[in-house]
Amino acid sequence: MRGFRAALVVLGLAAPAAGQEVAPFVVSGDAVAAPLGGLTGSAERGARIVRNRETANCLICHTIPDPAETFMGEVGPLLAGVGARLTPGQIRLRVIDPTLANPAAVMPAYHRVAGLAHVDERWRGRPVLSAQEIEDVVAYLSALKE
Amino acid sequence: MRATIAFALMLAATAAGAGEVRAPATFLSPDLRALQDDPSRHPGWLWVDSGETLWRAAPAGGRPSCQGCHGDIGGMRGAATRYPQVAGDGRLLNLEGRIETCRSRHQQAPAFGYESDDLLALTAAVAVQSRGLPTAVATDGPAASFVAEGRRLFETRMGQLNLSCAHCHEANVGRRLRGDVISSGVGTGFPAYRLEWNTMGSLHRRLRACSLGVRATQFSYGSAEYLALELYLAVRARGLPVESPGLRR
Ligand code: HEC
Ligand code: HEC
Ligand code: HEC
Repeated sequence: MRGFRAALVVLGLAAPAAGQEVAPFVVSGDAVAAPLGGLTGSAERGARIVRNRETANCLICHTIPDPAETFMGEVGPLLAGVGARLTPGQIRLRVIDPTLANPAAVMPAYHRVAGLAHVDERWRGRPVLSAQEIEDVVAYLSALKE
Repeated sequence: MRATIAFALMLAATAAGAGEVRAPATFLSPDLRALQDDPSRHPGWLWVDSGETLWRAAPAGGRPSCQGCHGDIGGMRGAATRYPQVAGDGRLLNLEGRIETCRSRHQQAPAFGYESDDLLALTAAVAVQSRGLPTAVATDGPAASFVAEGRRLFETRMGQLNLSCAHCHEANVGRRLRGDVISSGVGTGFPAYRLEWNTMGSLHRRLRACSLGVRATQFSYGSAEYLALELYLAVRARGLPVESPGLRR
């Protein structure tokens, strides 16, 4: 029964790294064109972050083109080809906070702390992903061309 | 009167806005479903059996047993379909709360405690008497404001992941969230034996898991928030059969 551990619980357990803050950014249209903090992302690190079940846990909702991954979710769109559909700036906005473009968005905001209700105190005041991690994820997804 | 009309409108809006609310059993794998229906293989029946024993057991201090006042537990048929409900003193009570109230008021014995094996056992033993009967909680009169509060909570985004119950249990029913298929999120199977817990658990324990999943504050067992949510879930489940004791992965 070990393998049956609920995805939800896994989604919630990791403690955040200390001292994470929300970096300033500028929204233009449905994109955030400039990299957060002027940082450069690494697609390789991004690939690991997206698969990490303790932090981002994107695959609870999304499916990526990787036959080695099992039990991926289907709440969000397939991420195959997302780098061809969206610009890096559009991807950045969606990972920072999709409600900036669509207030009804279901997807969580990964780089936001304001305006959230009843946040568990272990995560209160901290974004899910740091500015560097956001840039890493943007680099990885932008390279998913097909 | 105003509340009743507002509530009728609210129900109409719910019916129009959301998809059909389906019984939890319809989301189970065929294996789990068969197990849920088979008392000889369903571990939850250990709790039902011990609950029936507790029903007949006289507490210390000379007060009557549950059976002493209520007669055979078979007489509890239908009771679970009407909970949560507002008690005479204005408190919203679920089945656990009703039993604890009898325990302290009528048996003058210390509370069993939420999530104790004894309370889970008695709750399951009472609930199973209603297995298959349609959920039919009262929603008018003093219940109306609790229903409205439950609905508000159900639709409120919460936690670091900023999701409401409705985002999963209305907008994404039937989709996979990792290995789970998201159900309509009703409480008709609780208390349930969950394989991940390796034991029986209350609806509030399940709700705490959903809260933790979105990194939200977990309200306490028996809290006003989870009680109001439990009532609203029962409103959504109106007419669906009581499934307790459920069997879950
Ligand atoms: C709780 C579910 C959920 C989680 C977790 C989630 N997403 Fe999403 N994602 C969605 C949904 C649903 C959409 C569609 C837009 C909406 O309603 O928010 C979406 C849209 C997107 C899009 C836009 C895709 C397109 O084709 O338009 C990107 C990019 C994306 N997600 C990346 C991610 C990344 C990266 C993570 C993890 C860091 C993640 N998502 C975590 C549910 C989720
Ligand atoms: C001395 C009498 C007495 C004892 C002992 C007693 N009850 Fe009750 N019970 C009542 C009364 C009276 C009610 C109606 C509500 C009220 O006034 O408290 C009730 C109501 C209930 C109900 C709600 C039934 C319905 O249809 O709404 C349940 C369930 C219940 N009792 C379970 C129990 C259990 C389990 C025990 C033992 C732990 C128990 N009772 C012990 C007198 C008793
Ligand atoms: C991120 C998605 C998500 C959110 C948000 C969420 N849940 Fe759940 N919930 C699940 C999943 C997945 C399960 C396990 C599969 C199932 O039964 O739906 C579950 C199970 C349940 C169950 C048990 C159903 C059964 O028969 O076993 C109930 C009841 C429930 N949720 C209610 C709620 C309530 C109330 C809220 C808001 C406080 C909530 N959920 C928030 C995903 C979610």
